[in-house]
Amino acid sequence: MSLRKHGMTRRQLLSQSALFGASFVIGAGYVAGKAEAANWAIEVEHLKPETMATLIQMARDIYPHDQVGDQFYALAVKGYDSAEAAPGIEEGIAALNEAARGIGYAAYTLIGWERDRVDLLRSLEDTAFFQQIRGGLVTGLYNQKAVWPIFGYEGESFSQGGYIDRGFDDINWL
Amino acid sequence: MTAPFDLNDDSVVVIIGTGAGGGVLANELAQKGISVVALEAGGRYLPEDYINDEWDSFGQLAWTDARSTSGDWRVARDFSGLPAWIVKAVGGTTTHWAGASLRFQDHEWKPRTTYGDVEGANLIDWPIDPREMDDYYTKAETKLGVTRTGGRPGLPGSNNYKVFEKGAKALGYEEVHTGRMAINAVDNDDRLACQQTGFCFQGCKWGAKWSSAYTDIPRGEATGNLEVRERCHVMRIEHNQAGKVTGVVYVDADGTRHEQKARVVCVAGNSIESPRLLLNSASSMFPDGLANSSGQVGRNYMRHVTGSVYATFEQPVRMWRGTTMAGIIQDEARHDPARGFVGGYELETLSLGLPFMAAFLDPGAWGREFTTALDHYENMAGMWIVGEDMPQETNRITLNSDVTDQHGLPVANVHFDDHPNDVAMRAHAYQQGIAIYEAVGATRVFPTPPYPSTHNLGTNRMSEKPRDGVVNAHGQSHDIANLFVSDGSQFTSGAAENPTLTIVALAIRQADFIAAEMGRQAL
Repeated sequence: MSLRKHGMTRRQLLSQSALFGASFVIGAGYVAGKAEAANWAIEVEHLKPETMATLIQMARDIYPHDQVGDQFYALAVKGYDSAEAAPGIEEGIAALNEAARGIGYAAYTLIGWERDRVDLLRSLEDTAFFQQIRGGLVTGLYNQKAVWPIFGYEGESFSQGGYIDRGFDDINWL
Repeated sequence: MTAPFDLNDDSVVVIIGTGAGGGVLANELAQKGISVVALEAGGRYLPEDYINDEWDSFGQLAWTDARSTSGDWRVARDFSGLPAWIVKAVGGTTTHWAGASLRFQDHEWKPRTTYGDVEGANLIDWPIDPREMDDYYTKAETKLGVTRTGGRPGLPGSNNYKVFEKGAKALGYEEVHTGRMAINAVDNDDRLACQQTGFCFQGCKWGAKWSSAYTDIPRGEATGNLEVRERCHVMRIEHNQAGKVTGVVYVDADGTRHEQKARVVCVAGNSIESPRLLLNSASSMFPDGLANSSGQVGRNYMRHVTGSVYATFEQPVRMWRGTTMAGIIQDEARHDPARGFVGGYELETLSLGLPFMAAFLDPGAWGREFTTALDHYENMAGMWIVGEDMPQETNRITLNSDVTDQHGLPVANVHFDDHPNDVAMRAHAYQQGIAIYEAVGATRVFPTPPYPSTHNLGTNRMSEKPRDGVVNAHGQSHDIANLFVSDGSQFTSGAAENPTLTIVALAIRQADFIAAEMGRQAL
C-alpha cells in the first residue's frame, strides 16, 4: 500500500477535482484530501476514483473518529484497489448509491448528515458487502501503527525496557 | 538410549503436545531417566522471537488451523472459525498465558458433593482428595516461581491494578492483591524479573513469565532423555490386537508421514485437539474412538464463565503499561448459593492493546457508540471474569467431516451453550465489576462478552467410575492402560481458578505415577 503525497497546490487540485464527501477525486486515478492541511493522495488503479472516495466516507461513517484524518481511512481501504477485489467493491458501492437515491440523494457522499448516512448503512448492515468493509476496517484502521498515538496507545515497549521506569504505576488522580 | 530416538524404539514414552501438561510431563519423566519423544505441532519460538505487537504475534503463535463452532455462545457468531485463542508452538499456550497461578479451593475438588444435583449439569466429584494435591501444588509453585507463595514477593501494582484495588476496597472486598503469578518479581531460577513491559499474551521477551518453552523443555533436553520433534502433527494413535497403544502416526513439516513406536502414549494437545485425536484414532476395535467406551470423549467441554468489564474515566489510566494481568479480587471465588448460582468466580485485571480492543470490546459493533469508547482508550481500565462453568454433556468436541485441515483430517467442531448457572454467574460478575469501577468514578462501563476460549477444559475427564469419564485419578485412560491424558482435558470440573497451575501439578503427579508403573512393569 502506498500513500502518496501529491505535489499540487490547493488551487491546482481544486481546478482538477470534484468534491466527493470527505475527499476529492482529482483527475484520473487519484483521490486526495479536501482540506488545505490534508496533504495526501492515493492512486487507484482498479477502482474508479469516485468509488474509492465513497469507500473512504463509508469507512469513516462505520468507525468515526473525529481526531483521525482521512488519510488513515484511505489507507485502511486501499487494499480493495486490486484486480481481484475491485468488481465486488464497485458492485457494493453501486448498491450503496442506489440506496442513497432511494432516499432522495444523487450519491451516498452527497448525504450531508452523518446521521442519515448511518441510517442508510444500518439498513445494509447484514449485507456481505457491509460486513466485508466493516470487518476489514477492524485491522485495516486500528492496526495502523501511525494511528495508535492518536489514541494514546504506545505500542511496542520491550526496546525501551518496558515501563518499569517509565510510568507503569504513575497514576496520580486516584 | 539417549536422544534422538529411533522411530522403531518402542521403549519410549511419546507425549503429544509440549504445553503446561505435555511440556512439564516431558521434563519430569526425562529427569527420572525415562526416554521421551515429544511431538509438537507448532514451531519453536523463544523470547528473542516474540513480538510486542498483538496481531503480528497472533500470526506467529496462535493455533489458526481450521475449526468450526456451534451453539448459543457469541463466539460462534463473531469468531466462528476461532473457538479458542490458544497457541501452536513448543511450549503451547504457556507462551501466551497471563501467569495467574491459583490453587483450587478444597470444595472445588468435590463439586457434585458441594453443589448437589444441578439440573442440566453433568457434575461428578474429582477422584482426587485435595490433600493429595498439597505437595504437588507446592512443587508446581516452586517450578513456576509463583509470587506470594514459598516466600517469594508479590509484583508491584500497576495503574490498572491501582484503579481496580481502589474500587474493590470501596466495595468492601478484602482479598485484593497483585496476584499469585508465575512472573518473577525478582530474578529467580535463571529468569529475569518482570520489567512491566506489557504484552504478556504475546510471549514474555524477558523470560520473566514462566513458559515450558524456555524452562522445562530445554532442561529436559539437557538430560539426553528428551527429544522434541517440532512441526510434527500427530494424526492418529495406533494400537494392537490386545488393545494396547503401540505408537503414533504423525506428519512432519515436509508433509512426510512417520510412525513412532511407543511404550506409553500421553495426549496433551489441549481440550480441543486431544479429544479430536482420540476420535480420529477410531478403529474396528474402538469404533467410537480410543478410550471412549463411556462415550464421554469430547463431552463436558468447559471454558470458564468469562467476560470482561472495561470502564473509562475522566483521566488517563494507560492500562497497557505493565503486566497484562496485574491483580486479583478473590472474595467472590467462594461457593455461596445465596448469590443465585453455585461455585464462584475470580476478578482479575486485564488489558488489551488498541488493536485487540477494537476487535474484542464489542465484536461486530460499529458507529459512534463503539468508537467513542475507543476514543477514550487511554482512560480505560479493565478486568476479566473467570468463574466455574457447569459441565454439560452436550457441550462437546465432535469431528466435523465437512471441513478438513491441511492434513486432510476432519476438524474439531466446538459446541457450547451457556448453562443457566453460567448466565447467572456472569450477570453477577458484570454487576460487581461495574460497581467496582463506578466506585472510582467511571464515566462509562462496558460489560464485554467472552473472547475465544483460552481455558479449554474437561473433554477427557477424570472419573472414579469408568462409565462417568475417560481417565482415572492419574490421567490414565480407563480403557487402555498405556494411554494417558496429560492436559486440561482431564479436568473433572473447571473450578474458579485459572487452570495452568493445576495442569502443571497434575503433570508432576502423573510423572511420578508413570515412572512407578513402568518401574514395576505395569506399563
